[in-house]
Amino acid sequence: MSAVAPTATSTTRMAGSGRLVDRAISLYLPLLVVLVFLLAPFYWMTITSLKPDSELYNGAISPLVVYAPTLDHFAYLWTKTDFIVWAWNTMFVSLASTAISLFFGVPAGYALARLRFRGADTLSLGIFSTYLIPTTLLFIPMVQVMKTLDLLDTVVGLVVVYPTFLLPFTTWLMSGYFKTIPGELEECARIDGASRIVAMLRIAFPLAAPGIVSAGIFCFTLSWNEFIYALTLITASTERTIPVGVLVQLTRADFYFWGPLMAGALCGSVPVALIYSFFVDQYAAGLTAGAVKG
Amino acid sequence: MQSARADVDGPSRGGGAAVAVARPHTGGPLQALSAALDHEATLGYVLVAPVVLILLGLVAYPLLYAIQLSLMDKTIGGDGKFVGLQTIVGLWDSNLYRQTLRNTLVFTAGATILKLVMGLGVALLINEQFPGRKLVRAAILLPWIVPTVLSGMAWQWMFTPNFSVVNWILVHLGIVKVGLPWLTDPNLALFCVMLVNAWRAVPFFGITLLAGLQTIPAELYEASSIDGAGRWHRFQYVTFPLITPILTITLVLSIIWTFSDFQVVYSLTKGGPLNSTHVLATLSYQVGLQTGKISEGVAISLTMLPLLLVLVVFQLRQLRRSGGA
Repeated sequence: MSAVAPTATSTTRMAGSGRLVDRAISLYLPLLVVLVFLLAPFYWMTITSLKPDSELYNGAISPLVVYAPTLDHFAYLWTKTDFIVWAWNTMFVSLASTAISLFFGVPAGYALARLRFRGADTLSLGIFSTYLIPTTLLFIPMVQVMKTLDLLDTVVGLVVVYPTFLLPFTTWLMSGYFKTIPGELEECARIDGASRIVAMLRIAFPLAAPGIVSAGIFCFTLSWNEFIYALTLITASTERTIPVGVLVQLTRADFYFWGPLMAGALCGSVPVALIYSFFVDQYAAGLTAGAVKG
Repeated sequence: MQSARADVDGPSRGGGAAVAVARPHTGGPLQALSAALDHEATLGYVLVAPVVLILLGLVAYPLLYAIQLSLMDKTIGGDGKFVGLQTIVGLWDSNLYRQTLRNTLVFTAGATILKLVMGLGVALLINEQFPGRKLVRAAILLPWIVPTVLSGMAWQWMFTPNFSVVNWILVHLGIVKVGLPWLTDPNLALFCVMLVNAWRAVPFFGITLLAGLQTIPAELYEASSIDGAGRWHRFQYVTFPLITPILTITLVLSIIWTFSDFQVVYSLTKGGPLNSTHVLATLSYQVGLQTGKISEGVAISLTMLPLLLVLVVFQLRQLRRSGGA
C-alpha cells in the first residue's frame, strides 16, 4: 500500500498540471474573452463619467485610463438637468407597477394553478399569449387610448400601462410556481375549517415567497428599463424616466454630451444592478422559469 | 369547523359558519360574500378577472384599435376616413418600407445566430466547475439587467467616429491601419446593431441554456466517455439533443423580441445612416408619431403580425409539448 501511494500521487500531479494547461485554454481564456466583451461597455461608461472633457476629446492619450478623475459630469447631471426628478419618477413608476402586478398577478396565478373552473386553460393560454405580443406593436394605439383617458404626459399613465406587460409574465410565472408546491397543506387547513381565501393567503402565499420575490424583481427591472412607452406617452421633462430623460435631454441633434451622458447611464444602471446583486439566484430562477416553464 | 370559522370572521357572531350560510341576512352581505367566495369556481373567476380585464382593455383593445387605424388614413391633425387595405398595400410601393423590411429580417437572422452561438458558448463555460463561478455567473447577467438604451449609448460612444475606443484598440494592436467607420458605413452599422442586440441577449441564452445543461445526468457523459466519445461527439450526441427543447423555446422567444426590437436601434443609430439600420419598430415610430402619419405608422408595425402569429402559435405548441403549459 505504502509503495503504491507515491506513484499514484505523482501521476496525479502530472495529470494535474497537464489538465491545468488544458483548462486554461478550454475554460479560463474563453471565459476572460467573454467577460471582457460583456462588461467592456460598463467599464467604458464608468471611466468616461470620471474623465474631464480635456481627456475625453484628446486623441493623443490612452483612452483606457483616467489621468485626472473628476466628478464634474455628475455635478452637471445632478444640478443642471432634471436627473433627480427622473430618478424619482423611475423609482415611483417601477415600485407602483410592480406592486399592482403582484397584487393582481399572484392571486391570478394561484387560481390558474390550483382552482378548477370552466375556461381556466383557455384563460391561461390567452394570458400567456399577451406576454408574446411586443409593445412595439401597441405603442401608437396606446398613445390614442391614453389621450382619451387623459393620462398622457404623466407618470401615472405609465403606472397604468406597465402592468400590461408585467401581468402576463407574473401570472404565468406564479402559476408555474404554485404547481410545484404540493396542495396538501392547503387541504389540511381547509379541513381545519379555513376558507379557500385564508388557505391561499396564510398557507400558499408564504410557501410561494421565493417565487413572488422572483416575479417582483423581474417586474421592477422591466419597469425600470422600459423605454418605448416612456418615450411616446411622456413629453414633459419633469415626468420622464431615466432612460428617456438621459437620452433626450443630453443629446442635441448631432452633439452629444458624452461625460454627463455616461454619468447618467451609470447612475441609471447602478440601482437595478444593485438590487439584482442581492437577488441573483431568484432572478436567474425567474429567467429560466419564465422562458422554460413559460 | 365552527371554531376556526369564528376565528376567521371575528367573534361578533356566535352562530358559526353553518348557520350564517343558511341564513345570510344574519351575517350581512359580507358573510354572503365570503360564502360565495369559498366556492371553487367563483373564487377562480374573481381572482383571474382583474388580470383578464386589464389585458382586454389595454392589450386586446389597442391591438384591435391598431387594426382599425391601419385601415384608415388618419394623421395627427385629422380624423381620417376608412380606406380599406390602401394604407397597408401602399407600403409595398415605398422603397423605404421594403428596405426596412429587409433590414429587419437580416437584423433578426444575424443577431439571432450571434446570440445563439455566443450564448451556447457561455452556457457551456459556466457549466464547468471553477473558483468564482457564482460571481462570474452574476456578472455575465449584467447586460440583460441594465437599461438597454443606456448601455446602447455606451456602445454608441465606443463606436463614435472620432473617438472610438474600439478603433483605438484595433489600431494600437496593429489589426487595422485606420479606424473603421462603424456607425457611418451602412453595412457596418447594421452589423453593429446586430452585435449590440446579441450582446444584450447573450446572458439570457447563457442562463436558460445553462439550466438545460444542468438537467443532463452526469451518467450520460460518463457512459459516452467510456464508449470513447471525444468532447465534440459528447456535445453532438448527448448535450445538443437533450437541450434541444429548451433551446427551441429560448430561440423562438428571442426571435420574437429581436424582430420587434426598438431600443437597440433607436439608441445606437436611430435608423441611420441612409436608413440602413431602420427596423419595422423604429420606422413605425418615425412615420407614425414623429411625422404624424398615424395610420401609416400603425400599418408598418402591424406587418410584424403575420410572422409573430406563426411564432406565437409555434411557441404555445412547443410549451404544451414540453409539459410547461
